[in-house]
Amino acid sequence: MKVYQFTEQPYYPAWTEHSGSLRVNLLNRKCDPHIAADLFHRYYDEWQLSDELGLDIMLNEHHQTATCMSSTVVVGLSVLARITKNARLLVLGYPIGHRPDPLRVAEELSTIDVISRGRLDMGFIKGVPYEFPASNQNPVGVMDRWWEALDFIIKAMTTHDEMFNWEGEYFNYRQVNVWPRVWQEPHPPIWTTTGSTTQARLLGERGYVMATLGSGYNTRPLYDAYRRGYLAKWGKAPGPDRFAYLGLVGVAKDRDEARRRGELVAGYLRSSGIVHLPFRNPPGFLSAEDNARMMRGETPPRSYTKDRRVISMHSASAEDLIAAGILFCGTPDEVYEQIVDFSGYCGGMGNLLMMGHAGYLTHEQTVDNLSLFAREVYPRLKAWKQPDADEVAALAAAEQVKSNPAASVRAGDLVDATMTTN
Amino acid sequence: MSVASSREAQSLVVNGTRIDLIEKGSGPPLLFLHAENGIEPAAAAIEELAKSARVIAPTHPGYGRSELPKGMRSVDDLSYFYLDLLDQLDLKDLTVVGVGFGAWIAAEIAVKTTARMARLVMANAVGVKVGDRETRDIADIFAITEPEYIAIAYCDPDVGKRDYKALPDGEVLAAARAREATARFAWNPYFHNPRLKSRLHRIHIPTLFLWGTHDRMLSESYGRAYCGMIAGARFEPIDRAGHFPDHEQPKIFAEKVLAFAKAK
Repeated sequence: MKVYQFTEQPYYPAWTEHSGSLRVNLLNRKCDPHIAADLFHRYYDEWQLSDELGLDIMLNEHHQTATCMSSTVVVGLSVLARITKNARLLVLGYPIGHRPDPLRVAEELSTIDVISRGRLDMGFIKGVPYEFPASNQNPVGVMDRWWEALDFIIKAMTTHDEMFNWEGEYFNYRQVNVWPRVWQEPHPPIWTTTGSTTQARLLGERGYVMATLGSGYNTRPLYDAYRRGYLAKWGKAPGPDRFAYLGLVGVAKDRDEARRRGELVAGYLRSSGIVHLPFRNPPGFLSAEDNARMMRGETPPRSYTKDRRVISMHSASAEDLIAAGILFCGTPDEVYEQIVDFSGYCGGMGNLLMMGHAGYLTHEQTVDNLSLFAREVYPRLKAWKQPDADEVAALAAAEQVKSNPAASVRAGDLVDATMTTN
Repeated sequence: MSVASSREAQSLVVNGTRIDLIEKGSGPPLLFLHAENGIEPAAAAIEELAKSARVIAPTHPGYGRSELPKGMRSVDDLSYFYLDLLDQLDLKDLTVVGVGFGAWIAAEIAVKTTARMARLVMANAVGVKVGDRETRDIADIFAITEPEYIAIAYCDPDVGKRDYKALPDGEVLAAARAREATARFAWNPYFHNPRLKSRLHRIHIPTLFLWGTHDRMLSESYGRAYCGMIAGARFEPIDRAGHFPDHEQPKIFAEKVLAFAKAK
């Protein structure tokens, strides 16, 4: 198992000063650039430490928000490509449905792949609902634009001996020839996210790495849908390296301190849904059928615990978050057990996207959290034997693992549970 | 090619796309283009208009149960769709009436050709940019809650309130589809076509602007400025109505439309 250290690079000093919205309309007067600079430097230091500890790195972007200061992944990737040595640099993700110019995306990412000497993992996502007011891209049809952008980026990265022309539904170019050429052939690995079994199957057919967040003990149906798609297309089972899962981690030698850390890291979940109501579900983000269900008050269940209780990620206690496989928290032994138990339930999961810092976790706590994890949990995770991929895929193909219909309701990406309309 | 049998709730296939269509009453033909909130067959304004006109009221592609042609995503596309419909039904000397978003479609049709049109009625119309680049002409309805929206769109908010838990499934789905379709066509540029203003001079038929004066999604000054862009267009306010005067004052709305349609 590989582990990617992730933080949203929050501007937590503003978390107490909002009036009902941390995103979109929290005015930037609340952001002190001097504090922001200190925080950025601190977060890069912690990623540098992660690199030294043998962890890989994940970063993302959000817009107009105190929950995440990174408003363009390219800046973070650029800094990290230069100051880290060994870590893979996963962007999860780059919201290409929002970008007006996918050629620019291909150029940026190719450059980062070269500067990092081939350490880039390219995660492309739809993005959370509240990015649309900032980008002003139309949420209706965003996935059509997303797929065209993705197809274009791949073609731009893999075409070396001729220039090409692109006159699509959304994008037009006439002389495409990206410099510098990507380091990794044929192109850096592609990752994406989903919360929908329909999409998961499609991703399996594409063979991309599929990540989920907050799916907890409802993850297996998504993975199995992927397995069926992969098996059908490639004639073999996908290995655990095709699956990624974002989990919050609070680890300490002392149980009480671990719980304190878990609570602080869970501050991410408790803050991420604080958004002015109308921005939570823009038209077209969900299908009309799903919206009609929500208008009638039929909100889909969010996250399940191992014993099939439904919880809300945003308000659940640390206990429930642990029971749901969303927070891995405790002593190193406990955290190891929780992660392998969850990964076993998944039928194999090869990439833990570890939120080892969030919210109010201090620098000292973060350093200890990461160091202890890297020293006492990670080696055992690497050694852990994943379930047999062929057996798991055969089960999935036979549909012996029952799908939960709720898993097909959500539109997909790192959307967490912020889509409630009330 | 033909309008299906039942005279009121019908469907029509235009260029391979099936849409719902209400046809009611007899007399001179009147095309009613509904606003962004969709249309109900039992709409009182349709009843009133049908007393002295042959009302043809399609449900726009993407709204209600109407299909959406692949690739359709602009009001320009919609206007060509309706030009096809006018040809298909061979409508002549037509009065075209649009409300809100429907008035924008009407204007986009009229700047292309008024060959089949005798008169144009624009009620609480969107579609043009009036203010400077930093002045929002049209309230951002996607940045407010539904109760806030109803409060600015209606004179009497109770008229606009809907209890989705009590409505039939089809109506709830239609409301969800209306919201999505409106965003599809009007998200960006927001409820207008920057090119439309420079084309409005092509409209030479008699034009009437009707305006629910309690509309706070649009201002009356926006309506008057828009009216001033079409040569000879007249402006008539409708009291005790907001953005949907056909919905809040159906009798007065229909009287004004029919009087205008009959005027020599």
